[in-house]
Amino acid sequence: MSALVRVAGLAGGYGGGEDAVHGVGFEVAPGRIVAVLGPNGGGKTTLFRALLGELPVRRGTVEVAGRPAYVPQTERARLDFPVAALDVVLMGAYARTPWYRRIAAADRARAAAALERVGLADRARSHFGSLSGGQRQRVLIARALLQDARVLLLDEPLSGVDAVSAVAVDALLRDLREEGRALLVATHDVALARGYDDVLCLNREQVAFGAPGAVLSVDVLRRTYGAELVVLGAGAGAGIRLDHHAH
Amino acid sequence: MEWLLDPLRSELVRRALAELVVLGCACGPLGVWVLLYRQAFAAESLSHGMLPGLVVAALAGAPLVLGAAGGVAAAAVAVALAGRDPRLGPDVGVAVGVGALFGAGSLLALAPETPPRLEALLFGDPLGASPRDLLAGAALAAAALAVLVALHRRLALAAFDRAAAGSLGARPRRAELALLGVLGATTVAAAPILGSLLLVALVLAPAAAALALTRRLERALALAAALGALAGATGLLASYHLAVATGASVALAAVALLALALVAASTAGRVRGAPNR
Repeated sequence: MSALVRVAGLAGGYGGGEDAVHGVGFEVAPGRIVAVLGPNGGGKTTLFRALLGELPVRRGTVEVAGRPAYVPQTERARLDFPVAALDVVLMGAYARTPWYRRIAAADRARAAAALERVGLADRARSHFGSLSGGQRQRVLIARALLQDARVLLLDEPLSGVDAVSAVAVDALLRDLREEGRALLVATHDVALARGYDDVLCLNREQVAFGAPGAVLSVDVLRRTYGAELVVLGAGAGAGIRLDHHAH
Repeated sequence: MEWLLDPLRSELVRRALAELVVLGCACGPLGVWVLLYRQAFAAESLSHGMLPGLVVAALAGAPLVLGAAGGVAAAAVAVALAGRDPRLGPDVGVAVGVGALFGAGSLLALAPETPPRLEALLFGDPLGASPRDLLAGAALAAAALAVLVALHRRLALAAFDRAAAGSLGARPRRAELALLGVLGATTVAAAPILGSLLLVALVLAPAAAALALTRRLERALALAAALGALAGATGLLASYHLAVATGASVALAAVALLALALVAASTAGRVRGAPNR
């Protein structure tokens, strides 16, 4: 099957000075999860903006099958906003609903089904801001399901999420992979990346791309994270820790 | 009943009532968006900053709505420019810019050759406003409300989840500009009725009340429209019976509704045993 995401020679940023990222090229086939690793400011968000078609300055080619769905970090969504969980999921149908129409009954039914799928059918009427971090993350994934996107971009889906929700979210991502979707997961978690199909290492440029076993060497991680990387003892991969206070 | 019907025998009062109800219906939902976009300061700045435009229109004998439009445009430019100066920072820049405009407006209004009444420009005069200003104001307010309805989903996407808005079919920058445009138009519409100082109360108070009472967006918007209209009507009635300035009593009615809503919300919160939000 042909790739759902195809990026070649991508460079770009926000205008006015240096590119935020350059030299990026990779492909993602259906049914694969790609971990996007890199330090803060390493270009993970810039890459996602490029895939969404929202990067102000962009060179190279970016091809995505359909409009990708973006699942933001749960801390970034407004917790004081007056919406219930189901309202948030329904936002996934806004783009295909003309402003003068109510949201179609079929979309309402699918929104309820999506909430059920992420295990939150009983919280449909709960205020979004009153949910836990993990529950909010699952609501945002349900919204992506309603968007019908074949490509999902997830920004740190497991950060600030309780252990129970983390297991649920992880299982959900693997389910979506089985359906033949392509997922790009931005993360700081090297151990998590090890469990995915491919790893893309970014540090203002593409450091490496490939299967975790081949890519995740101490050398690559050192080039990806620079001074943030703390290697504990010797041995391939074991005992690697990121020190986020090393800025 | 007589208390209610007596004022309505006057054509002047009926006209002002219709105007205030239309204006309240537009200002309430607009205020909800202004609060959700955290633009309360911009709303206050625009309405205070338009004073020179109002004074110039009064001096020249031009329609106040026209002066308000010029004043809002000038205030928007001044606020945008002052807010951009890195030596001041946005808040200080806007505050200083608005202070300068308000000062300039007052200076013009207090000059000896100025005939018109500064009070009406500062506090509005629903009963004294010209039919032309009333009609233009009602049309602008209705148009503003229509735009808010048409842009509803895009405004919601951009305010709730700016980063994902693009993938969901909205452009945050455009939504923000559209909201500021509606805010400017409503400010112009309300200027002859509520003046430069008081219209912010009708925009922000019913909206804050509605957001305190419900956690659903559509309900908050509808409730804010109803509370805005109610504030306009009760304010007008109160001013008729108590013989006080109408603009001021409308503003106070809006704030009184907000106080009631906050008490009701905190009581309900205590009864439910849940934190009030």
